[in-house]
Amino acid sequence: MAKSLFEKVWAAHAVGTLANGQTQLLIGTHLIHEVTSPQAFGMLRDLGLKVAMPHRTFATVDHIVPTDQLVEPYRDPLAQAMMEELRRNCAESGITFFDRATGKQGIVHIVGPEQGITQPGTTIACGDSHTSTHGAFGAVAFGIGTTQIRDVLATQTMALGKLKVRRINVRGSLRPGVYAKDVILHIIRVLGVNGGTGYAYEYGGEVFDRFSMEERMTVCNMSIEGGARAGYVNPDQITFDYLRGRPYAPQGAAWDAAVERWRGFASDPGCPYDDVINIDAADIAPTVTWGINPGQGIAITDSIPDPARATAADERASIEEALAYMKLRPGAAIKGTRIDVAFIGSCTNGRLSDFREVARYVRGRRVAPGVKAIAVPGSQIVALQCEREGIDHVLRHAGFEWRAAGCSMCLAMNPDKLVGDQLCASSSNRNFKGRQGSPTGRTLLMSPLMVAAAAVTGSVADAREVFAVHS
Amino acid sequence: MALEKITAVTGRAVCVPGNDIDTDRIIPARFMKCVTFDGLGEFLFYDARKKADGTDQVHPLNDPRLRGATILLSGANFGCGSSREHAPQAIQKHGFRAVVAESFAEIFFGNCTTLGIPCAAAARADIARLAAAVDADPALPVTLDVATGEIRFGGQSIRAEVRPAARDALVHGRWDAIGELLDGLPAAQVLAARTPYFAA
Repeated sequence: MAKSLFEKVWAAHAVGTLANGQTQLLIGTHLIHEVTSPQAFGMLRDLGLKVAMPHRTFATVDHIVPTDQLVEPYRDPLAQAMMEELRRNCAESGITFFDRATGKQGIVHIVGPEQGITQPGTTIACGDSHTSTHGAFGAVAFGIGTTQIRDVLATQTMALGKLKVRRINVRGSLRPGVYAKDVILHIIRVLGVNGGTGYAYEYGGEVFDRFSMEERMTVCNMSIEGGARAGYVNPDQITFDYLRGRPYAPQGAAWDAAVERWRGFASDPGCPYDDVINIDAADIAPTVTWGINPGQGIAITDSIPDPARATAADERASIEEALAYMKLRPGAAIKGTRIDVAFIGSCTNGRLSDFREVARYVRGRRVAPGVKAIAVPGSQIVALQCEREGIDHVLRHAGFEWRAAGCSMCLAMNPDKLVGDQLCASSSNRNFKGRQGSPTGRTLLMSPLMVAAAAVTGSVADAREVFAVHS
Repeated sequence: MALEKITAVTGRAVCVPGNDIDTDRIIPARFMKCVTFDGLGEFLFYDARKKADGTDQVHPLNDPRLRGATILLSGANFGCGSSREHAPQAIQKHGFRAVVAESFAEIFFGNCTTLGIPCAAAARADIARLAAAVDADPALPVTLDVATGEIRFGGQSIRAEVRPAARDALVHGRWDAIGELLDGLPAAQVLAARTPYFAA
């Protein structure tokens, strides 16, 4: 019978069935970082357990690292303590740690693919909800909690109920100036922030067939913002070309065997899905959020919703709550909303192609007076490549601060934070209340080029007009 | 490991209304700079409970009549966003033993179950009825019967179901899977040996 990738990967990693009916699933690859892992190591110590398969866990540091300070100790002693705790845990357990001194440090969801650790047909877990990113390679990748990190460290398995699979086809061609970020913001807007509960999302259709790995990662990254615990794209030649030659990818004869094996994991033609959604790529516009969850988005040409026009009481209440927090006027155009901060980076949009695209258009332009603009590469390798290509120079020249790799202002567990009720045009993934570090800070999610357009004009703008994007 | 069989939770309830309450709101990221979960209870819903100067503002959890409640009521998609276990840890350390909401985000639900916190889903109108009863009498004893999937209060009863796999794990004292997973470790090792991934 024809099977989906999810079914095949699940079957290949099922160790057994637990008493409550859940599956004991082998987690082939485990990724850890400094925020959610220290307590898990503490639990292991309390139970007198060891890391079962340390060669299957990889660590990096991303959330708490200051992007403007490389020398330790960090100004924040709590950040320094977390750094040292991770270092100690990895050393004691024999876990590979991509520390800052290795030149391979970065946001965990950028490092895994970059190193070739993220591979098709594998199961991946990480104590971070954006682990869905790795699904871009045809992996089944789950964000997990700390107690589950303990489980994976101790047994390389975890207890999990099987998900349903929803196929999302994006058909046709994207219009110029429309990016992967717009595709996922559109999907979340259409299906809702909890529309994916209980599902893994399988993304396909011509748009995904043509997408680069980095674009696929941007979409899979935000699956969780639509409530889907995992999201993936079937592996194809684009996937294999990306992985070939990377440090942890198979080499030589093993490479050919791996590609053969990986191809076999792709969903079979005609396989059954629990649900299928079709989206016309031409319907997707550059998208901007106006509210306090990632589903509250509109096309850049649209007006901010008016609660008075809401059809349901629930919708009205949620618009009212969002607008009260965002201090935005119902019915007004989103275009022209003044911004204070522009942030380009994060595990959603902190990759080489993001910075290349921004640099291509901001060359010779200037960040508007009064706007603080920061560009934060997602990894040291992304940073180095940008610097080799002169991208850092272009951005600096335009008035952006060029920082060291980390999560930065996406979640503000480091010195990069909004202040007061600053409004931030952000290429990150969450616009929750207080997300960017100030309890009253405001976030508008958009693509990196839209952030750049907002940065140079000082207000939310249509990047297609600002930069004359035609192709 | 012998775990408590969580068949029912009885106590007082408090409602924190709203849909899509995310884990950043349950515990803001700045309080996650820690290497243990100790003391997280005081940061539960911090930015909603506190003014900028750190003093209390109006919030159900600041209401002295509702202090000591052990059952938390809320709306749809509760616990969405970040996978941080700091969120259910803060809920538990604040003193809550169960959460009742219209629906739950996936990762949050799993994290709660693993900590022995039942997450029961109830209809909006039923949660509103319970919240109204609690509002009228904050001392009202409320019982979430995990095994039968109902909440009893003041002579009334509403449906509030924990999903079957989680319910079975809770009522049979198997909500922390580590024991069973360790039993399966030899089989996992065999499967892992047949499933090599890496060149290095």
